Amino acid sequence: MLGRLTWAAIPFNEPLPLISAAVVGIVVLAVLVTVTVKGWLPYLWREWLTSVDHKHIGVMYFGLGLIMLLRGFSDAIMMRTQQAIAVGTAQGYLPPDHYNQIFSAHGAIMIFFVAMPFVIGLMNFVVPLQLGVRDVAFPVLNSVAFWLTASGALLINVSLVIGNFARTGWMGYPPLSELAFSPDVGVDYYLWSLQISGIGTLLGGVNIVTTILKLRAPGMTYFRMPVFCWTSLASSLLIVAAFPILTATFLMLLLDRYLGFHFFTNDAGGNQMMYVNLFWAWGHPEVYILILPAFGVFSEVFATFSGKALFGYRSMVLATLAICVLSFMVWLHHFFTMGAGADVNAFFGIMSTVIAVPTGVKVFNWLFTMFRGRIVYRTPVLFAVGFVVTFVIGGMTGVLLAVPPVDFVLHNSTFLVAHFHNVIIGGVVFGALAGYNYWFPKVFGFTLDERFGKASFWCWLIGFYLAFTPLYVLGLMGMTRRLQHVSNPGWQPLLLVAEAGAVVIMCGILCQIAQLYVSIRTREQHRDLTGDPWNGRTLEWATTSPPPPYNFAVLPQVETIDAFWDMKEHGTARVAPVYETIEVPRNSPVGIVIAFFATVAGFALIWRIWWLAIMALLGAAITLLVFGWLDDREREISAAEMAETERARSGRRQFA
Amino acid sequence: MRYRALPALLLSAATLCGCSEGVLDPKGPIAAAERLLLMNSVGIMLVVVVPVIVATLAFAWWYRASNPRATRTLDVAYEGRIEFVTWSIPALIVILLGGVSWIGSHQLDPRTPIAASSPPLRVDVVALDWKWLFIYPDQGIAAVNQLVVPAGTPVQFRLTSATVMNSFFVPQLGSQIYTMSGMETHLHLLADSPGEYPGISANFSGDGFADMRFTVKAVPPSDFAAWVKQVSGAGPALDDAGYAALAKPSEAVPPTTYSAVKPNLFERILDETAARNDNAAAGAAWCPPAPQTGG
Repeated sequence: MLGRLTWAAIPFNEPLPLISAAVVGIVVLAVLVTVTVKGWLPYLWREWLTSVDHKHIGVMYFGLGLIMLLRGFSDAIMMRTQQAIAVGTAQGYLPPDHYNQIFSAHGAIMIFFVAMPFVIGLMNFVVPLQLGVRDVAFPVLNSVAFWLTASGALLINVSLVIGNFARTGWMGYPPLSELAFSPDVGVDYYLWSLQISGIGTLLGGVNIVTTILKLRAPGMTYFRMPVFCWTSLASSLLIVAAFPILTATFLMLLLDRYLGFHFFTNDAGGNQMMYVNLFWAWGHPEVYILILPAFGVFSEVFATFSGKALFGYRSMVLATLAICVLSFMVWLHHFFTMGAGADVNAFFGIMSTVIAVPTGVKVFNWLFTMFRGRIVYRTPVLFAVGFVVTFVIGGMTGVLLAVPPVDFVLHNSTFLVAHFHNVIIGGVVFGALAGYNYWFPKVFGFTLDERFGKASFWCWLIGFYLAFTPLYVLGLMGMTRRLQHVSNPGWQPLLLVAEAGAVVIMCGILCQIAQLYVSIRTREQHRDLTGDPWNGRTLEWATTSPPPPYNFAVLPQVETIDAFWDMKEHGTARVAPVYETIEVPRNSPVGIVIAFFATVAGFALIWRIWWLAIMALLGAAITLLVFGWLDDREREISAAEMAETERARSGRRQFA
Repeated sequence: MRYRALPALLLSAATLCGCSEGVLDPKGPIAAAERLLLMNSVGIMLVVVVPVIVATLAFAWWYRASNPRATRTLDVAYEGRIEFVTWSIPALIVILLGGVSWIGSHQLDPRTPIAASSPPLRVDVVALDWKWLFIYPDQGIAAVNQLVVPAGTPVQFRLTSATVMNSFFVPQLGSQIYTMSGMETHLHLLADSPGEYPGISANFSGDGFADMRFTVKAVPPSDFAAWVKQVSGAGPALDDAGYAALAKPSEAVPPTTYSAVKPNLFERILDETAARNDNAAAGAAWCPPAPQTGG
């Protein structure tokens, strides 16, 4: 009746996950009770949970990323603590069984449920506004995409309490992830939660690609699009091209585990090396899916806060597209040590270093954007400057690892761990936080507190260097990754420094939380009535903050790059509008309902409760069919209604 | 000058941190060549990286809005000659590094035998859960978690795994290589001088992974002959039963030796793992409840 699910699945003998799960449970319950008692539920349901507005979906993506950052970071600091104390003969406080789950979960969560929601959230919110359009191409699909991501995130957290997570590392290489070596449900949690969220990501990518290719304001040619739109396009194209590889690879592993197939086994023609190749054929483009939108954020931030147009726009676009294409030609550098011949290794090594060319061009262009500019030091600029310095170092160690014989001695070492945290924290996280500080006033109509923002930046920056410089050195000293305990007592001082770094990063996260809290409390002092707090250059700053559901009352007419800057220069930014009746999509619960069924189906498949899985999948299919037969999916906003809304909004607005 | 000075600086800084072992303290020609390549690549890149970091900080400081002395030209967005330079500099660096990469990959291909006056010692390596088995096919002996080799003699490894993927790595001797079940990888290493060098698995393989360590003892050739004689003279033999017992998962296994090895054990392990059904339990998964492992 309940498949493999028994009381034994709940780890009563392990207090740590139970306590943390209890705390999370109490917090969730408290939030639910507050929401219900205060009567916010209808508002939440109407404005957020069933919203198909790209702005609200973007905010929910980012919020999901922030919540999951707390989970992923808890894993991180537990790992650092374990390695700092389990030195020599000491075993630390986490047995291998638990420690191995933690580093596997940390990797999977940080990539799929922190970094991805951050960049997809920013793309969702910003792209349509920058393009000067009223909506995305597929608003309901977009909502489904978000909720499937949230469903995956929920499932991965359920593994904390019911059963266990994978103990294979976040890549889940077979044969370790095959049934013979991982017979419990851990790998199934990993596979199903990433399958569900992966489908969501693919749908989200399709939506953004279509939006950019098909919906742009009148006059917005490709070469007038803001660079963030270009990097979002490149990133979403990579999503569309790469995520199906991941889905297919995981499907093959699932068939191996559930039905005794032989894709990645040794017998009957299977091959474990195929998984490794396929995984990285997705995995390397994934790195650029994450970093390209961050590059876009920095391009916007450098230009806006230097008071200059971005230097070398065409070079930036070309570099973005070059990275997009090249990212598919380098996957083998993740396993030079598998024993491919010198020709193969050298080819992939050189292709990997070639990516440094367009990336280097970008760095130079940011540099020349600052050159002879007037740089206003708000929090996003700090992140941007910190990013360039940090990322250049991460790029250098990356190119180093791309030289095959150097990789032969550094592969899988903590040097590698330091390298990819260098580019992911210094690049993706700094980019996400810069974007968060930069676009927050557009989202909510007030700016974020600068003092806590800057404190958060310095904690992140110093914490990063404290935490990962020791790992670079330890890697050179021969320390490999994923060690539950460390044999060499000489390494302990450096591991303690790394631990201190993690604590400083924690202070950075706490500063962010404080920043959000303080900013909300003092929002009236930080209120931005202009809609353009930074003297921005692109169209998202042309509308009010927060933007109305239809974004722009009148679609902007684009004449140049940096369209809004041009309008301000020519005094056409605030011309008297002529309103027309428009249509906006109605809210739809289809996303959250499908995600509910997907979560149930995922859980049932993990525990092999077949009847429940079939019912849940049927439920999802029926939901789609019902939605498909709905006729009334749009709502009209008449010219009169819009004029009224606009009058109310612009009353708050100070004209320049 | 910077080209030579900075790698030296990096090296000394790392040595100060206590890098008396690891990849910066090579004990053989492969590791030495790899360290040289590492230093050269860092040197080549620092030529660009250091000026870029300095320029970033300098521009960020000088062009701050509150600096009255800064010259500003806010309407410049494109300058063809500068763009030419921005593409050229990284391209030149990459051409240089690409050459280094190509030559290095071929010279340091793990499959390339090391030229030396003495003929190579053959060692077959099998990764087990969670220990290393070293078979000396020519000497007919074997050892677990301890690899004794004559210094100055090239060692020719054939490697495989009887379990999940691992990576055989002796940081001070150089190149690591994966060990994969049903497959054979190849590696050539050489220890210049006698000494003890730590070896590890560098690819996560499960619960006992952290203790999957071994020691390489490089000894003078005469001592090696004596060691072989001593090992083959005493202790158990690695027969079918012995191997079956050894292959069972175990953690933190102390170094042991075997006086004799069943012939062609390495080839037999290869054949056996190539035909093993990793999903034998998959059928059972249909009939719940399956056994719970772990927690």
